Amino acid sequence: MASWTWFHRLGSPPYIYSLAARLTPWFAWPAAALILGGLYGGLVLAPPDYQQGDGFRIIYVHAPSAWMSLMVYMTMAISAGVGLIWRMKVAHAVAASCAPIGASFTFCALVTGSLWGQPMWGTFWEWDPRLTSELILLFLYLGYMGLRSAMEDVQRADRSSAVLAVVGIVNVPIIHYSVTWWKSLHQAPSVMKLARPAMPPSMLIPLLMMLLGFTLFFVAVLLVRLRGEVLSRERSASWIREAVSP
Amino acid sequence: MDRRDLIGGSRDVRTGGRALTPALAAARLTLVRDLRLAFRKRGQLVQPLVFFAIVTTLFPLAVSPELSRLRDIAPGVLWVAALLSSLLALEFLFRDDAHDGTLEQYALSGQSLTWLLFAKTVAHWLLTGLPLAVMAPLAGLSLGVPAAAIPGIVASVAVGSVALSLIGSVGAALTLAVKRSGALLSLLTLPLAMPVLIFGARATELAIKGGDFSAPLQLLAALAVLGITLAPLATAAAVRINLE
Repeated sequence: MASWTWFHRLGSPPYIYSLAARLTPWFAWPAAALILGGLYGGLVLAPPDYQQGDGFRIIYVHAPSAWMSLMVYMTMAISAGVGLIWRMKVAHAVAASCAPIGASFTFCALVTGSLWGQPMWGTFWEWDPRLTSELILLFLYLGYMGLRSAMEDVQRADRSSAVLAVVGIVNVPIIHYSVTWWKSLHQAPSVMKLARPAMPPSMLIPLLMMLLGFTLFFVAVLLVRLRGEVLSRERSASWIREAVSP
Repeated sequence: MDRRDLIGGSRDVRTGGRALTPALAAARLTLVRDLRLAFRKRGQLVQPLVFFAIVTTLFPLAVSPELSRLRDIAPGVLWVAALLSSLLALEFLFRDDAHDGTLEQYALSGQSLTWLLFAKTVAHWLLTGLPLAVMAPLAGLSLGVPAAAIPGIVASVAVGSVALSLIGSVGAALTLAVKRSGALLSLLTLPLAMPVLIFGARATELAIKGGDFSAPLQLLAALAVLGITLAPLATAAAVRINLE
């Protein structure tokens, strides 16, 4: 079946290795442009908030990080599931490369959230459901990475951690709905109100640029990590010698 | 998911209703075996309960012996103690059977591994979760909880521990091949168990204040049902991976 060749080629480590190398700049440069543009728009051009003053500007890092922490988990769980079902080594490599990136985004969201909390709530840490769920998400990432590192055999580590990622995704909807389940200090999400956006465009556009920029940045970093992962997994294969020699 | 694997022997290809019986019979035998084995080692059986009692004792010593203050933190104390002692018991859930090859025999038996492991988890709950539910009121009374709250405490711990056992069975299966898995097991299991802790403590709190605790109890029951339907599948997959 000719239409499925692209899918089968994705399962081949040499193909993925060179594809990742070719694709990286296509994600990295737009990500850099969007993040720089978004930061300029958000930190310089956007007007200060009438209540929060300049303090609100941390949202330009906080919201995209929080968004990415979930999105990376989804990517990780889906590729782990693909690896589990179709026994694709490359899909497991993608899942394994996702975890440290996702954990970093989660950590970043927690730190920026607590920095924002100090002037706004008067405390660095508030036991608010969304911050708490974010913390649980960080633990999920750490558990996933811990399980991987505890197993010597790569295949067993791949498949066991894939089961964990798929089980953990049950937690992701709980995180998402925690905002509505538990009343809290945290403000309701204000980005995606369809009828009338709560933010003026001068604030919203930089935020959307940052969201897109962070997403592209994630893909670029994922591709780089994926190449490293493929290299270390295939270190005894013969094609590596040709691929790495200049 | 393969339906045959869910309800009957995976090798034993029969039509739905007929295949159910041998799978359930095998599961029942596993359950009886596990209970019998556990009652031959009564000392091990009591350990999580003693642990629960000790953890509960730590709080009056650490916080304050005043019952009025203890009553406020009682739901949290009870649930954290219950969570930790169910975690403590988890390490033994599959350990012995993995060492002596019983799990491999289960996987090769042609019976559904999902059902067999579910039966083991049920046995585990009967031996650890249910006794906790019986003991929780005693611990509660010692923390100054009014007697009227006892039905709520028993119900929430009984239902919540079902979910805890099932979540824990996944973690125990995933760490089968890991030596000294205690810390890793808690790192895997505790984040997944947070919703149980939240709703359990909320139900207990409402029961202590004399309120209507049915809403968090129903959410706990929902988590337990979710666990019953999904966790055995993940447990069986994890056991298979770690036996290879």
